[in-house]
Amino acid sequence: MRAEDIHPAGLRPGDVLRGGAVGLRTRPLRAALSALGIAIGIAAMVAVVGISSSSRADLDRTLDSLGTNLLTVSPGRTMDGGLAKLPARAEDMVARIGPVASVSAIGRVADANVYRTDRIPAAETGGLAAYAVRTDLPAATGARLRDGTWLNAATARHPAVVLGATAAERLGVGRAAPEVRVLVGGQWFTVVGILQPAPLAPELDIGALVGWPAAQDRLGFDGHATTVYTRSADAAVEDVRSVLGATANPAAPNEVEVSRPSDALAAKRAAGEAFTRLLLGVGAVALLVGGVGVANTMVISVLERLAEIGLRRALGATRGHIRTQFLAESLLLSALGGAAGALLGAGVTASYAASQSWPPVVPVWTLAGALAATLATGTLAGLYPAVHAGRLPPTTALATP
Amino acid sequence: MIELTNVTRTYAGGVTALAGVSLTVAAGELVAVTGPSGSGKSTLLHVLGTLDRPTSGGVRIAGYDVAALSDAGLSALRAHRIGFVFQQFHLAGGTTALDNVADGLLYTGLRRAERRRRAERVLHRVGLGHRMEHRPHELSGGERQRVAVARAVAGDPPLLLADEPTGALDTASGAAVVELLRELNGAGTTVVVITHERELAAALPRQVRLRDGRLEHEGTVHGT
Repeated sequence: MRAEDIHPAGLRPGDVLRGGAVGLRTRPLRAALSALGIAIGIAAMVAVVGISSSSRADLDRTLDSLGTNLLTVSPGRTMDGGLAKLPARAEDMVARIGPVASVSAIGRVADANVYRTDRIPAAETGGLAAYAVRTDLPAATGARLRDGTWLNAATARHPAVVLGATAAERLGVGRAAPEVRVLVGGQWFTVVGILQPAPLAPELDIGALVGWPAAQDRLGFDGHATTVYTRSADAAVEDVRSVLGATANPAAPNEVEVSRPSDALAAKRAAGEAFTRLLLGVGAVALLVGGVGVANTMVISVLERLAEIGLRRALGATRGHIRTQFLAESLLLSALGGAAGALLGAGVTASYAASQSWPPVVPVWTLAGALAATLATGTLAGLYPAVHAGRLPPTTALATP
Repeated sequence: MIELTNVTRTYAGGVTALAGVSLTVAAGELVAVTGPSGSGKSTLLHVLGTLDRPTSGGVRIAGYDVAALSDAGLSALRAHRIGFVFQQFHLAGGTTALDNVADGLLYTGLRRAERRRRAERVLHRVGLGHRMEHRPHELSGGERQRVAVARAVAGDPPLLLADEPTGALDTASGAAVVELLRELNGAGTTVVVITHERELAAALPRQVRLRDGRLEHEGTVHGT
């Protein structure tokens, strides 16, 4: 017989798995604790990505429903630094731009504060403002009523007011009714409606909105719009934007500020992404610590099982067989932790999203990433102990009782 | 079956465990290796079992030149040609007798079902057919050692090495294990038993006595 005639047999996958599970079966508590480290790391990362994805999905849904074709025109500053005014005809001019579908406006009523009753000290304005509004405002801004009705041609002339969401809350007005009145600019106005929060026109939230004619007749409103809202066809938004300033105030186009409120929401999203990356880093640190825990468990496992290693070598295990067994154990530990962590992270995402009324979203790439991170951690943590176990001389291993 | 030619084994630090041992064991023999503690018995068993390589000298086991085999080759040789029985049994706790024996065939490349089938057969052969589903802590010492013997011979190795197989057993259990080794030898297996019990050694057909790493005496011990 020649030396080449004898070769070690390979292990079957099932036997590798069973061999890797020996440590888990004989020391379940330790296995569970070291897998827990991995689970926490993976759960943190999955939850961070899941929650930020859910938040983004919610923002996208909001933008979809509100539309991104809203542009606003406001007066800026004059050349000498004073507050500019929009010309009284600004609305008409803007409405003449071809692609503009709808136009509306509000005008800040100077020096008109809003109080619940006449007994409130004058200084406690609550940061609320009075606005003269056009009756077509809801269509242009996407503002929706929570209670009551919007102003119509008749109520716009009467002392009737619609409160923004924050304004209603600060004033303590829960519903619109004929007997519910608030003091606007020193006069009593009946609350006919309360708005829901308006994400694209946040200025409405803190406003007491009265009809344009009523503001002029009763509050001394000067008739100059302070914000003009326009909706245009989606494809034409940029074109409209480029001519909007000059159209609203042909005499001094530099004194006009044009903005797209949906951009602010998108910017909020970008800011959230930066924060997400930071939290993801924290999750990665947790995973690293978990990996160290698994490595520690594996090193101890090898030390405790010297006799078993010696026996296996005597039974014909090669260095590779021993290495494979301990690497499989490390991977199995990490995989169990990773699976538990992914479930936990998805659960945290789902419950947090539910509490915020967001659509729960856990991107598939997150789970794939979690799997990859888990296997990488398991390999790194198990490599040294496995190689060490494989290199142990069989006699040394057997000499240990 | 075994051919040792002038084998020495020196450990780091200058300790000489084997100092030129030449020994030939033919197929089908039943040999006792005796000697006091520190005489090199364990080292000899490790060299015979290819768990350790000699510092110098030639070793041929079951027709293979150990020096010419890689570590993987030696592993395969152990898997297919050599069975081990240890004083401490080395059974896996929490694992049934059947699976302990079946795991002895783990590195032979056989399927699990076949390993278990053979394990069942060999357990019957060692008289433990009724103990297959018992775990080591539910077995007596003698039964445990018989499970260990079953594991060693499950793959039908031509060579069986036993290191103090009765060292942890009472006399009756020890005698049963020796009887089992005799039976296996009768069926054709070459058996080498390392022991410090003279009585046990004297009952075997051939004795080899080691002292200070050298073969001191060969033949039949007559109470010297």
